[in-house]
Amino acid sequence: MGTQTPVIDVHDQKTQVPRRLWLEVLHGWVTTVDHKKIGLMYIGYALIFLVIAGFEALLMRIQLAIPNNHFVSPQVFNGLFTMHGTTMVFFVGMPILFGFGNYLIPLMIGARDMAFPRLNAFSFWISAFGGFLLYFSYVGGSGLYGAGSAPDVGWFAYAPLTARVFSPGHSTDYWTLALLLTGIGTIGTALNIVATIISMRCPGMKMSRLPLLVWLYLVTACLTFVAIGPLTAAQIMLLLDRYVGSHFFDTQAGGSAVLWMHFFWIFGHPEVYILVLPAFAFANEIIPVFSRKAIFGYPAMVAASVGIGFISLGVWAHHMFTVGLGPGENTFFTLATMIIAVPTGIKIFNWLATLWGGKIHFTVAMMFAIGFLFQFLIAGLTGIMLSVAPFDWQLGNSYFVVAHFHYVLVGAILFMLFSAFYYWFPKMTGRMLSEKMGKWHFWLFLIGFHLTFDFMHIPGLLGMPRRIYTYEADRGWMIWNLIISSGAAVQAVATLLFVYNMVWSYFKGPIAGPDPWDAWTLEWSVPSPPPSYNFAEIPTVASRRPLWDLKHPEDPDSDYEIDEPAAQTAEEEGA
Amino acid sequence: MSDVALEPTNSNEVWKLPSRGIVGMTCLILAESAIFVIFVVAYIFYIGKSLTGPTPKDVLELPILTTICLLSSSLTVHAAVSTLRKGKNQLCSLWLAATVLLGGIFLAGTAHEWYDLIYKHGLTIRTNLFGTTFYSLVGLHATHVIVGLILLSLALLFSVRGEMKEEYSEKLEVLSLYWHFVDGVWVVVFLVVYVLGR
Amino acid sequence: MFANCEWWGPAAVTLAAFAADPTDIFAPAGTPASSIFSLSMLVLGITTAIFVVVAGILCYVLIRYRSRSSGDEGEQEPPQIYGSNQIELSWTVIPILIVVMLFLATTRVIYTTEHARRPANSLDVTVIGHQFWWEYHYPKLGIVTANELHVPVSDPQHPLPTYLTMSSADTDHSYWVPRLAGKMDVIPNKVNTMWIDPQMKGLYLGQCAQYCGVQHAKMLIRVYADTPQEFAAWVAHQQQPAVDDPSVAVGRDVFMHNACISCHTIRGTVATGRFGPDLTHVGSRDTIASGSVPNDPANLREFIDNPANFKPGALMPPMHLDSHDLDAVTAYLTTLK
Repeated sequence: MGTQTPVIDVHDQKTQVPRRLWLEVLHGWVTTVDHKKIGLMYIGYALIFLVIAGFEALLMRIQLAIPNNHFVSPQVFNGLFTMHGTTMVFFVGMPILFGFGNYLIPLMIGARDMAFPRLNAFSFWISAFGGFLLYFSYVGGSGLYGAGSAPDVGWFAYAPLTARVFSPGHSTDYWTLALLLTGIGTIGTALNIVATIISMRCPGMKMSRLPLLVWLYLVTACLTFVAIGPLTAAQIMLLLDRYVGSHFFDTQAGGSAVLWMHFFWIFGHPEVYILVLPAFAFANEIIPVFSRKAIFGYPAMVAASVGIGFISLGVWAHHMFTVGLGPGENTFFTLATMIIAVPTGIKIFNWLATLWGGKIHFTVAMMFAIGFLFQFLIAGLTGIMLSVAPFDWQLGNSYFVVAHFHYVLVGAILFMLFSAFYYWFPKMTGRMLSEKMGKWHFWLFLIGFHLTFDFMHIPGLLGMPRRIYTYEADRGWMIWNLIISSGAAVQAVATLLFVYNMVWSYFKGPIAGPDPWDAWTLEWSVPSPPPSYNFAEIPTVASRRPLWDLKHPEDPDSDYEIDEPAAQTAEEEGA
Repeated sequence: MSDVALEPTNSNEVWKLPSRGIVGMTCLILAESAIFVIFVVAYIFYIGKSLTGPTPKDVLELPILTTICLLSSSLTVHAAVSTLRKGKNQLCSLWLAATVLLGGIFLAGTAHEWYDLIYKHGLTIRTNLFGTTFYSLVGLHATHVIVGLILLSLALLFSVRGEMKEEYSEKLEVLSLYWHFVDGVWVVVFLVVYVLGR
Repeated sequence: MFANCEWWGPAAVTLAAFAADPTDIFAPAGTPASSIFSLSMLVLGITTAIFVVVAGILCYVLIRYRSRSSGDEGEQEPPQIYGSNQIELSWTVIPILIVVMLFLATTRVIYTTEHARRPANSLDVTVIGHQFWWEYHYPKLGIVTANELHVPVSDPQHPLPTYLTMSSADTDHSYWVPRLAGKMDVIPNKVNTMWIDPQMKGLYLGQCAQYCGVQHAKMLIRVYADTPQEFAAWVAHQQQPAVDDPSVAVGRDVFMHNACISCHTIRGTVATGRFGPDLTHVGSRDTIASGSVPNDPANLREFIDNPANFKPGALMPPMHLDSHDLDAVTAYLTTLK
């Protein structure tokens, strides 16, 4: 069975080795190809942008708190919602999720690094440069009507608003180029993830024994290949239109504005699944550990995840129900969108069944995971409402949609990310995050989240469209906007508390040891933080929970697991 | 770390995993295919929708010679890989040279076609929707051909200098996969632009 | 279809008369909005039921199975259950059934709204979306106006819907009057159609619902549902050329000798511009700047002086008129009732 990897105590490098010059340390980070360091850089980078984009949101919420406010000009506001959306999706969501994947996947499959370490580093730096380029637009760009400099065409940049004639200056180009670059990095990382999972597993780690987190990242990476391409293609077309005089989206020459929408959403909808599947991945690891039970229905979870990946490729036009596609297409996309609710529901039920009969420990990581469960349920249900095309004819492009997708992005994904931080911070740094501060963080953020995003559904129902820099006083929207804005302030405080917790705990938190949570996957068999080579000896595994087998030799998982033909399906799916 | 066997402690099976180079190139091909699909969709969507200007029927001729050259280059690059596997390095150089030559003929043919289109028929990327979609799709493909030829030329250089050894045959196979992909895309482009669209 | 609203429809419409919020989607005043309302009640019912059941189970589980021991090392692990085919099958099949039911109900509403049979006497209006105002043509009546749409009230027994044929002159817009119908996008190089049939006299508010540029927020919609007599009177009045009041001849000259005429039309004069709103009867409108500002002489003067006073980024440039000319032209436009 498994080799006993000796547990090395965490030693304080400062006392045993002479301190390196900060320049050496910096050089080490800049030139690293170690997946753990790259993962941490992705995460750190994303956290910086989380704060920036959060600040952009705060500015918007101040402007919208009362009708006909003059806190920021229309031009600045339009730039704010564009930058907030673009930053959160591409420079917070993607990097932080790929960062966790980078860090955890090799450890969980018993490998020493990713398949292509140099590609890994290249992908990070090119994505980082994309973020820098986007924000350089504040200094270098010029926007609509020559006022304001950052992109202000919305994060989905509909044509023909992005044509030279309607968007003179370079703000749109900053959006396009920054995302093109970061797309290259994303494809590189996704490629690395697939190649690592297929080709670098330790002996005995058949596809049917992969931790569910690894399965979900495999699906996410495959989805990335199919989804980013359309965005890249559309952006190349946009650049050609703007600079070479082509007519892809030039309605004066017979081009189609709807074509951009199709191309964008063929990317855009799978993109949101790319963002949410890693959140499911974290849930699949964290909920079982704090319920003290194996995940219920592993094969169904794999099948549901793969199913969600496939179906998500066929639902994109539910973002276009109001475009006038015709009843046939509206009906088809309603059906496809409703169908995706089935595997998603299966996952929720399997998590419930995992909790059922368990022994639930309410650590901060688990509290955030429970918040995720409630909030993802609600987000899914409002998604069902939006999938009903006629209902979407009212709700689409209103604050109801904004509420729905923030419920997924913040209520599900960000909550699960917080959970992942509390769970894996000990592994990454060797110290535990403060549970006491964590509880404050949780409750404050929960209150702020619900204040903002529960009430945000109401202005949508009352006819408030999105992307407006102000609104009329006679619409009855003011009280709701005021409540929403107050919640934003609470969330800001909670987030700052979280950042403080991370900084404080890094220096002063209790020492974690290799396995503070009594968990079952391979990353908990190495020291915290892991040495650069990960494993002293590459392990061999015989079940889905190798450490459970070690800790419970009288009742190992390998007695119960039936080898699925999932192995063959996986290799076709992955390649 | 390709398909090297790792012997686990208590199993009779050899632990063999697919080569990461092949997996990686397959992923890249998948991603690039997604980009090409969108350009093909745009092409098909805009068939017959140009408001002015020359139509495909007016100006396009079937590029038979260049197509034969490009598709044969898939055979030659395959031959290069198999001869390298068998250790016949000089033959490998020959096949690689043939591949580069055939690819070069394809590019030259495309350049000639474009010259005629621009100067004789007045069709540019900004003329109409046909021009827009034609040049972008064929141009995107040609860009991939250029990249492939650069890499193949590098491989040829190594081979001619005697540095291409049998153990690198898998790396050459990965490159040949890319080249097969480029040829496959051409089949689609040919059918859509020169057959379906005219 | 027009006469056969489910009972929700008329009830909702009646209740809506007492609604406080002018753009509340749950206060329908016409058939498309009512049929969406009925469907939405079904959807809300189903999703609420699902929420109550699932969230209820989750709450139960969290309480019932919380760890009660003090977390000592020798803690027993609970029984490890890896799955159950029957249970998993049931929670696959039940959601599929719910989806099928919901899908069928939805499809019915999609088709009855989008493929409604059009009565012969329906009114035709062409809507053209601009950055940042709405242009309305009544092709069979020879009327061109802007920003304030007048339509006849529709009696459910004898329906009189208004069909809006819509396209855009520049970027994407969306036409949304929540109490009357769902929104429909207004897209360049594409013609979309929707219909409305307000069943009660009154003013219905809405606004552009697709981000179209700087002043997207101020591209408001005002739909006046008039009684048949009121509507006929309005039509007759709109069909007249512009009022020619000699007492404002000075202002009229200012208008006709400045760049105003290259963007605006005033029927019966040399002003035949098409880029901006038709001003033939601008004096009779309640608002200017596409619904965002009340139409009184002070506001009108301020707007003409510099539209950015109300709508920074509007495409009309400041006219750089001196104070005297500004007063004169404002007085002129005010007489164009």
